[in-house]
Amino acid sequence: MLTYTIRRLVLSIPTLFFIALIIFLLLQLAPGDPMASVPLTIPPEVKEKMREALGLGQPLHIQFLKWLVQLFWIEPQVLIDYLTNRSTLLGWLPDTNFYTPCGPTVEGPCDLRVLSWQTRSPVMDIVVQRLPQTLWVVGMSYVVGILIAIPIGIYSAYRQYSVFDQAGTFITMIGFSIPPFFTGPLLIVIFSVQLGWFPFIYDTTHVVNDWDSFLFQLKQMVMPVMVLALQTTAQISRFMRAAMLDNLNQDYVRTARAKGLSEAVVVIVHVLRNSMIPVITVIALGVPGIFGGAIITEVVFSVNGIGQLLITALFANDLPMVQTLTFMFAVLIVLFNLIADVLYGVLDPRIRYD
Amino acid sequence: MMLRTTLLGAAAAFALAPAASAERGSDGHVGVIYWQAPSIPSPYLSGGTKDGDAASVVLEPLARYDQDGNMVPFLAEGIPTLDNGGVSEDLKTITWKLKSGLKWSDGSAVTAADVAFTAEYCMHPEGGCAQLSKFDGVTSVEAVDDLTVKITFGEATPNPYGPFVGGQTPIIQKAQFQNCLGEKAQECTDQNFYPIGTGPFVIKEFKPNDVIQFEANPNYRDPAKPAFATMTLKGGGDATGAGRAVLETGEYDIAWNLQLAPDVLAKMAEGGKGQARSGFGTLVERLEMNLTNPDPALDANTRSTREAPHPFLTDMKVRKALSMAIDRNLLVEIGYGTAGRATCNLVPAPAIYASDNTECLTQDIEGAKALLDEAGWTDSDGDGVRDKDGVKLSILYQTSTNAVRQDFQALIKQWWAEIGVETELRNINASVFFGGDPGSPDTFQKFYADVEMYANNFDGTDPQAYLSMYRCDNEPQPSNQWNGQNINRFCDPEYDKLIDQLARTGDINERAALAKKMNDMLTKDSYVIVPLVDRGRVTGVSNTLGGFVLNTWDNELWNAADWYRMK
Amino acid sequence: MTDPAPNPNTPLNALQDRDITRPPRSQWREVWDQFKHHKGALLGGGFLLFVTLAVLFGDMVWQLDPKKLDIRNKDIRPIYTAIWNSDAKVSWAHPLGSDNLGRDHMAQIIAGGRASMAVGWAAMILTMLIGTTIGVLAGYFKRLDGPLMRFTDLVLSLPILPLLLVAVTLFRQPLRANFGPEMGMFILIVGVIGVTSWMQTARIVRGDILALKEREFVLAARASGTTSKGIIFRHLLPNVLSPIMVSATLGLATAIITESALSFLGVGFPSDFPTWGKMLADAVPRMQEFPERVMLPGVMISLTVLSVNYLGDGLRDALDPRIRGR
Repeated sequence: MLTYTIRRLVLSIPTLFFIALIIFLLLQLAPGDPMASVPLTIPPEVKEKMREALGLGQPLHIQFLKWLVQLFWIEPQVLIDYLTNRSTLLGWLPDTNFYTPCGPTVEGPCDLRVLSWQTRSPVMDIVVQRLPQTLWVVGMSYVVGILIAIPIGIYSAYRQYSVFDQAGTFITMIGFSIPPFFTGPLLIVIFSVQLGWFPFIYDTTHVVNDWDSFLFQLKQMVMPVMVLALQTTAQISRFMRAAMLDNLNQDYVRTARAKGLSEAVVVIVHVLRNSMIPVITVIALGVPGIFGGAIITEVVFSVNGIGQLLITALFANDLPMVQTLTFMFAVLIVLFNLIADVLYGVLDPRIRYD
Repeated sequence: MMLRTTLLGAAAAFALAPAASAERGSDGHVGVIYWQAPSIPSPYLSGGTKDGDAASVVLEPLARYDQDGNMVPFLAEGIPTLDNGGVSEDLKTITWKLKSGLKWSDGSAVTAADVAFTAEYCMHPEGGCAQLSKFDGVTSVEAVDDLTVKITFGEATPNPYGPFVGGQTPIIQKAQFQNCLGEKAQECTDQNFYPIGTGPFVIKEFKPNDVIQFEANPNYRDPAKPAFATMTLKGGGDATGAGRAVLETGEYDIAWNLQLAPDVLAKMAEGGKGQARSGFGTLVERLEMNLTNPDPALDANTRSTREAPHPFLTDMKVRKALSMAIDRNLLVEIGYGTAGRATCNLVPAPAIYASDNTECLTQDIEGAKALLDEAGWTDSDGDGVRDKDGVKLSILYQTSTNAVRQDFQALIKQWWAEIGVETELRNINASVFFGGDPGSPDTFQKFYADVEMYANNFDGTDPQAYLSMYRCDNEPQPSNQWNGQNINRFCDPEYDKLIDQLARTGDINERAALAKKMNDMLTKDSYVIVPLVDRGRVTGVSNTLGGFVLNTWDNELWNAADWYRMK
Repeated sequence: MTDPAPNPNTPLNALQDRDITRPPRSQWREVWDQFKHHKGALLGGGFLLFVTLAVLFGDMVWQLDPKKLDIRNKDIRPIYTAIWNSDAKVSWAHPLGSDNLGRDHMAQIIAGGRASMAVGWAAMILTMLIGTTIGVLAGYFKRLDGPLMRFTDLVLSLPILPLLLVAVTLFRQPLRANFGPEMGMFILIVGVIGVTSWMQTARIVRGDILALKEREFVLAARASGTTSKGIIFRHLLPNVLSPIMVSATLGLATAIITESALSFLGVGFPSDFPTWGKMLADAVPRMQEFPERVMLPGVMISLTVLSVNYLGDGLRDALDPRIRGR
């Protein structure tokens, strides 16, 4: 298993380079213009100058190489400098100074980071700024969704066609087939407009430092988390239920019962473990989605997480931002698919990869 | 948020009785919501409305337009004119005097050198300044003394109020930006995010594409203003959410640009927390008729260029009939309500430039049918679509994706069907439609359709640049990477002569007469442009916010210094 | 885990079976007998049949044109609102009301259903075909596993929006020229949804196949000389049917909703061409005054998905020899 993991990790490097190239080419091919949101009152000659100032005129391979160098050479330097200089975790290490920032006062060679076309600021800084709300809202909803879905799935399968199963099926299927662009405004109308319980414009500047501010944070998270968790729950509980049903009738379950094991042990230890493969796949595939944000829900509640960052960058055709974000998702996708593959082996030792 | 606003409001209510004479920062917090989030608070590096608006609270120009379109001095002492000698007789120079004692938010003095530097910053050839066209024709901007700045133009300029007038060209501090010229402008992240300004607020925290937190400028020129100690400009979400936050839940005080259907807006206003206010500027929703042939069978170099005339839209009577079939008042009722007015003009305002052209306002289906019959377009094969010489009146009608525009498309398609014209609808994502990517077939410049609908306006109060777009050879074509502005490929030598004449004319009344004539040439005399609706700007304003003045010649935040909390 | 042949497992069932004497019957007859005992599946199937017939032939009964605007009769409420609100603007000419431009809702539901069902089923079937094929190949043939799963990673990482815009730029014109504006768009939409949503199914199927192919019955089949093709179709596919069914049900719902999101990007049907997803999306801003405008298409989508889910449940139970006969 270990050799397999190492081999896959090594193999993922060329894979990621290839993905980076494909993403880059796809974005170049897609129609779009960073000047699209500029009012029509600004004449085309001026727009052309603005494009040149962004570096759009350069040949493709130069743009690609520049981006690669910025992403794989300069950004890690910034990260290492940050870790050794300012972070509490590694601050004890001697301060490093790999990165020479460009700026108004710097003469001579300097390192240019990946700059967004919309904001003219480093993409990574904005991503880091967006992480808290993305993890609070999207991450929390994912955890909540999984925690609700797995017991529902198990119990629905164990008591197939019981009232609980029927109600669960009904609610989850309705929940899944109603899109967040409807559930979001529906919750807003009920809980913000009519009842006035929760604010619906998410305050990203809110700082949690005491009990009251924590309560406020909970209040502003409730609605987006509900909307997103509904989708997660629906999806995962269906897969869980189906996989459990497949296993509950297997011979080994009868054997386990015949041995005199308790129902709880039979279901939780034997059946659950054998039913996890499709569920693990779905969960692992969903994790990069957390960091990718949830575009519609973020827009409805103005959460402005990474999903909103990506969609505004796409509409503004901010290629450095889109490339970098997409590439980060690619890394996460490759990583979590690897984790899923390793977990298959742990769950079912019969699976051999060599 | 709601709790905080209420508490702050209540606290302020106890503290002070007469609000207008309040002291600086006594009214607590004000929240503004923009459903498009600001990316960079600089009108020079980004032409986007949201970005210029965010900057305008911090950075101020010499003069701005008020709600009636009159110039009001901001950093300048007065408006230079020919009469007071501020503008030279040959119309080549204009001399501005700064107010004395002005301070930047860091406490240093504002001088004429800052003004001259701002011009240098924007006019730098490598800077990619979005407001470069405001400095058209400027040859030099020099500081005569500490408080006097002289702008010289290369030739006589009847309207010298381009640079430093209006929210788009504010003054930036030389000390802060002097190393950010040209290419370096892109790299000055800190300077761009936290500009030092003269406006009522300074930026405390900027989160790109998310939120800006402002606090009152301690060195603002009026010691009693602004009444609010802090201001939040929240971005993101959608127009519906922004409207709800102000009108229904009262979480915010001002909602920018509420492009919503009138019945939706009316329903929100029943929430009772605020009201939707609208004002009219120069924004006109129009149909542009393609005078060239967009047939996909043509090769890329002739498709939608003047080499290939349109098979039927070159017939004036067809264009006129298409216009006659439209009930503009109904369009307004469905799409804009009080935020729109039916119009037949390309230049609907200011009043002096607006033609008295109202003929198109009444729908005339029968007249349109008669006109088509007269022009020889009849339904010869009985399929319900008129034709002539084997050419069918079949139209591809495109616009950007937007609920109101799609409703308009459906209505207009129906009316055109009644006069025997077949229509296929297409809607395109706005970022592609309005983007100038020469590789995309779907941009409004390429115009690979017969009719397209969008809105356009002009900056400030002078329509000269706007009307000059319809010059021959200024059309998008392969040779200029489809970058022209003459979208419908109109070409009339008479019209070009008028453009040149307008550029030479200084007298306001003569200018107005010329502009009206040009407006009529494009609209009622040729129906190349079919104006539909004069679109107002709708802003949601909280009932507890005082001092807000909706100004369509500037942005929503232009008088943020005067806002206060009503008791 | 055994071959899908009748094989009553539990002692109790075995006893029952011995009591009934009947001639040997075909496998599909057995499947049908089991299926018809599943009430949910029968109901689901019945509803699905009804909806399919209604959207296919409904416009012959209800002959109003869904695209026809009638501005004087706009904003009519459904007839049932008259029960509690006698002032409501209702009309028998529009039993389900009309929208803000006066288009008849009943006609729109029928026409919209036709488009949504067509897109939903076609896209779902395409997704399942691609996903299952890639998943089975990657799971079964070790040599294909690496390349196919890296390809899956690649497609998963591609940003959807630019991909769509590229697809429109490249394919809309030729498709429109060859198939007409609506059919061309249909092919484009189904293709786009199919190509961008098979990855989850592929990964799930592969995961299951990896585990299944090490089971004794597969080893036994291989030892007895069954070809790979035989193993895949007779032994592996029937055993991964239930996750595929779940994916298919969820995929149908996603496809119907995705179609409406696509039109926002200009990849969808023309704006006056109704679909359930688009009706739902258009009605959201007015859901307080006109709740029926969101409810009707929403309920139709939900019920369709729900009935497909029950149908899937019933089919899976019927096809599983271990459950059959209980």
